[in-house]
Amino acid sequence: MKKIKCAIVGPGNIGIDLMEKIRKRSQNLELAMMVGIYEDSVGIVKAKEYGVRTEIHGLQPLLDDPEIEVVFEATSASQHLKNAPLYKEAGKKAFDLTPAAVGPYVVPVVNFEEHFDSANINLVTCGGQATTPIVAAVSRVQEVEYAEIVSTLASKSAGPGTRINIDEFTETTSAALVKVGGAKRGKAIIILNPAEPPLMMRNTVYCRTKDAPDLAAIRESVGRMVAELQKYVPGYRVTMEPELSGDNTVVTMVQVEGSGDYLPPYAGNLDIITCAAVHMADTWAARKLEGGRR
Amino acid sequence: MAKKIRIIDTTLRDGSHAIRHTYSPEQAGKIAAALAKAGAPTIECGHGDGISGSSCQYGFMKYDEYEVLQAVLDNAGDAKVGILLLPGIGTVEDLKRAHEMGAGLVRVATHVTEADVGEQHIKMARELGMEAIGFLMMSHMEPPEKILEQAKKFESYGASAVYMADSAGAMVPDDAAARVSYLKEHLSLPVGFHAHNNLGLAIGNSLAAVNAGADYIDGTLRGLGAGAGNAPHEVLTAVFHKLGIETGEDLYAIMDAAEDNIPELGVQMIIDKYALSIGYAGVYSSFFLHAKRAADRYGLDARDILIELGRLRTVGGQEDMILDVAYRLAQQKKEK
Repeated sequence: MKKIKCAIVGPGNIGIDLMEKIRKRSQNLELAMMVGIYEDSVGIVKAKEYGVRTEIHGLQPLLDDPEIEVVFEATSASQHLKNAPLYKEAGKKAFDLTPAAVGPYVVPVVNFEEHFDSANINLVTCGGQATTPIVAAVSRVQEVEYAEIVSTLASKSAGPGTRINIDEFTETTSAALVKVGGAKRGKAIIILNPAEPPLMMRNTVYCRTKDAPDLAAIRESVGRMVAELQKYVPGYRVTMEPELSGDNTVVTMVQVEGSGDYLPPYAGNLDIITCAAVHMADTWAARKLEGGRR
Repeated sequence: MAKKIRIIDTTLRDGSHAIRHTYSPEQAGKIAAALAKAGAPTIECGHGDGISGSSCQYGFMKYDEYEVLQAVLDNAGDAKVGILLLPGIGTVEDLKRAHEMGAGLVRVATHVTEADVGEQHIKMARELGMEAIGFLMMSHMEPPEKILEQAKKFESYGASAVYMADSAGAMVPDDAAARVSYLKEHLSLPVGFHAHNNLGLAIGNSLAAVNAGADYIDGTLRGLGAGAGNAPHEVLTAVFHKLGIETGEDLYAIMDAAEDNIPELGVQMIIDKYALSIGYAGVYSSFFLHAKRAADRYGLDARDILIELGRLRTVGGQEDMILDVAYRLAQQKKEK
């Protein structure tokens, strides 16, 4: 069966996890290239083992290959700011897993259809992927004046990139609560916990509604949203159903267990964003192939 | 030359926990003026969880945090005014705003193993010309060697001093002394100690820290603070003066500052069974009021919640875990 060719730029933890997911889970994508910097990096070595073409001298070979239609960016925000215009010029669809925020904020279960044709899809942050669906589920029931989320991650799952750019996490996630979640205002908090064994990624979502919350309708809406989300993030689970907490405030808690493709199961924070990226790219590829057959 | 200790007063920051973040600009200004009059060199203010801490998670401030900060700045006289910033809650943008208003010090607070989330904030503070101190929370959870490793990270970012916070009030004097002396031996920066009184040892631990070489000590008027509160500032001053240690403060004036301002806030710091459980279990002192509230709501004993939070090795800022644990304990109770 014909597949759409794709490339991963950035062979770190996220890049390797993407590679495993594309190989194991994608029906419509074929990994054709891994772009890195060092010949002996874990990701480049692994890609070679899988028989994937590797490049370590810049983006040109990728840009010059017209057969590669999809690019996953797993470098850094500053690198993606440089790369994004090149992908666009070369006619490649980019899925951006950095917090560069070049394209529209997309959380597949909420607004992928709306931005389906965008040349650059921005996957927000791991916290944004985990929490904005809950906010969106509440705001489709009634107006949310303020949404606040707290993401707690195992220290081991937060690499140096996350640590040095912790403000980008809070700022990008806050913005997503408004842009994707539909809240009037948003605030995001991130906490790292070094406990051993490492804890699963957990998230608390507070929504302050304009009028008294209709708890039954909110629970039903959250339930539907979570069922949709679980189709592409199997380890996503509600640990506390929406409950009242203070004046007009509804609190919900969710936990994300990773699928363990490359990163360990506690790294649900990384899994949710790679799951979302592969799910969207695969859906896009499927429609493109379908269109081509028609 | 007599030994000199810098007492950093945090009545207007850690003390904010005890009154559920209700300081008005007038109250805060009055306390700042009294501290300045007593010669207190440094006044920290803001939400208990630092700048931008006003939230569902930690409780909302009754008044705008920048209005309160402005009132403190207007009344602080020669004292340096500082803020606390927890990376993950507060950001560089918040820091810049506080600096523009006139704050001269930031303490960047991270969990004791996570100093590297504070790199950008320390660096920005130095770039702005502010004093920047690394503040390692929950330092009872790690041995001296680990604390030194993290302190060195803060040093490499440009911090001018490193604090150890016994955020859970879980240390005994030997714990405090061992950590301070190890840092003093291997680090060239001044070392600070921030105590909580959950085991009744805030003054004892502060003194042990000073004897082990600590340069900065935290205090709050009447010990106002999270859990059973902090080391009472006026008591620290009296104890230090009695030992011939200089603080640069006027003892009568600092006593007056406590006496004239704190009773009217309507709270008195005592070691009740919940605060004692916090020190015993080694959990974050600000969980105190949140755990009591959750216990009331779910018909539980707050001690069970606190002990479970200790078992789960929760860290500072995880106030949502209180609700999570209470909810689970209540469900288990129902099933029985």
